[in-house]
Amino acid sequence: MGIASRSARRRATLGRINLGDAIFGGWAWLMAATLVLIIVLLVLELYEGSKLGISRFGFSFLIEERWDPVFERFGSLPAIFGTVVSSLLSLAIAAPLGLMAAIFLAEMAPSWLDQPVSFIIELLASVPSVVYGLWGLFVLVPILRDPIQRTLYRSLGFLPIFGCTPLGIGMMAAVVVLAIMILPYATAVARDMLRAVPNEQREAMLALGATRWETIWRAVVPYARSGIIGGFMLALGRAVGETMAVTMLIGNRPDISPCLFSPAYTLASQIANEFAESVSPLHVSVLIELGLVLFVITLILNGLARLLVWRISRGEMRGAR
Amino acid sequence: MSNSLWRKFVNVLMHAASALSVLLAVTALLAVLGYVLLNGFSALNTDFFLRLPTPVGIPGGGVANAIVGSMIVIGLATLFAAPIGLGAGIYLSEFGDNWFGDLVRYLADVLSGVPSIVVGIFAYALIVSRQGYFSALSAGFALGVMMLPAITRTTEEMLRMVPTTLREGALALGVPRWRTTVSVVLPMGMGGVVTGIVLAIARVAGETAPLLFTAFGNPFWNVDVAKPIATLPHTVYTYAISPYADWHAKAWGTALVLTGFVLCTSLLARRLGRQRHLS
Repeated sequence: MGIASRSARRRATLGRINLGDAIFGGWAWLMAATLVLIIVLLVLELYEGSKLGISRFGFSFLIEERWDPVFERFGSLPAIFGTVVSSLLSLAIAAPLGLMAAIFLAEMAPSWLDQPVSFIIELLASVPSVVYGLWGLFVLVPILRDPIQRTLYRSLGFLPIFGCTPLGIGMMAAVVVLAIMILPYATAVARDMLRAVPNEQREAMLALGATRWETIWRAVVPYARSGIIGGFMLALGRAVGETMAVTMLIGNRPDISPCLFSPAYTLASQIANEFAESVSPLHVSVLIELGLVLFVITLILNGLARLLVWRISRGEMRGAR
Repeated sequence: MSNSLWRKFVNVLMHAASALSVLLAVTALLAVLGYVLLNGFSALNTDFFLRLPTPVGIPGGGVANAIVGSMIVIGLATLFAAPIGLGAGIYLSEFGDNWFGDLVRYLADVLSGVPSIVVGIFAYALIVSRQGYFSALSAGFALGVMMLPAITRTTEEMLRMVPTTLREGALALGVPRWRTTVSVVLPMGMGGVVTGIVLAIARVAGETAPLLFTAFGNPFWNVDVAKPIATLPHTVYTYAISPYADWHAKAWGTALVLTGFVLCTSLLARRLGRQRHLS
């Protein structure tokens, strides 16, 4: 039954307005309005807080490379660079893994295996960020520093991306932990999207004599493509906004370096690291402005992702009818 | 190699690659949980749960203040978010088939995508910078804001699953609409709503970023909501980035307690949800 017809019928049932209804409806409306108010306040406070920085630097804030609290020269380019590089690289690791894992769970695994594994992957999503940071700091970083980065530096050090002192802490550590953290999101959404593909797609392809894999790769995955991409963008949004684990691992230095081993910054980690010890009102203001930039980036990413996921789930509803 | 053999080979290869990807994801989880369990367990003892932190260099002590602090902050967040989320959810399911309902739904989705650090800045700008001091209250507000969209959307979904015929039955008996919602619709959907709230608690309990400049941390005993307060996730952070081995051990212990709490709470929510489906 459609929503519209339901509410129309309800409206028809109720001719007159009763006082209790007015109060109850008013209360519910007020709570819904509070939610709207909170978001309006959030945007206003972010704008208000970053006004000082905006009026001082304008748009050059986005392309200025220096970040110098002492001489009050502030630019967000290092943080934007670090955010883009760390999130894209982590997605480049997590996306293929997530897609393959989703294919396994949705298309290949028997149900006795699918359920517990899906459960374990969902657990992976609920481990707190700060715990990933702790694990990265004491388990991953030592491994990265000695065998992995040192070997890369010795053998491929002539390449700019491997051409600096292996510190352990830095971009690479942040990327690896981010990839582990967003893998469950990418997997879960991709799995749901693959499950939404109608069986006719598979049957038709198998009837043509295709192998299981050819069916999956040529008939199932392309059908769910936009939804899967949407899921990956949701995961990217997570990586962009991820704070604690990155703050603990990326080394926190406002540098733009092509080298994967060197310390860097992201928008979120710069705020987390400097906010509590900021030295001047301008410093606070530019940190809030970083928050505003981060907010806008995630807004765009999540909007695009929702659009893609929504399109495929609407297609699924149409197919089911 | 013939064409059909090649295709069979690719088929087997890709099956193996998929299985390997899943194996890798599961290994990653076991590696993280295993280390937390291994390193955390050796840091746990009765003092850990009952004592306050000791100054650097003095052995012993615990994180009792952070355990209580986390409970206080999460309690405040739930007190703030549950009524608003419940009310907004009821509005969306019972009255929200209009443009305002769509706006609220859209904004709830937007809010759920806002990075936690940005919510922290928001709470700082709105409350801390106005009052002039860090407080448990502002931390509760920040976590509450993060819980709101989840509670709102689950409440709406759960109430929408209650069959319309039940509402019509009550209305046909002459029961006013508000009474129908409170006595017929809500009790039917309550199990799901509670599950949603518990899940929201599990999701924010491990959040650290919004607490950095709201709760701020506090090495002493505090139950006053107008003062800075210690919390478990923030304790893990400060201890982990400190240079002291003893604090590192305590960070693992705290991480174990925190992860244990978060995982148990999400399992509990899942259990509640499943029971509802069976009944």
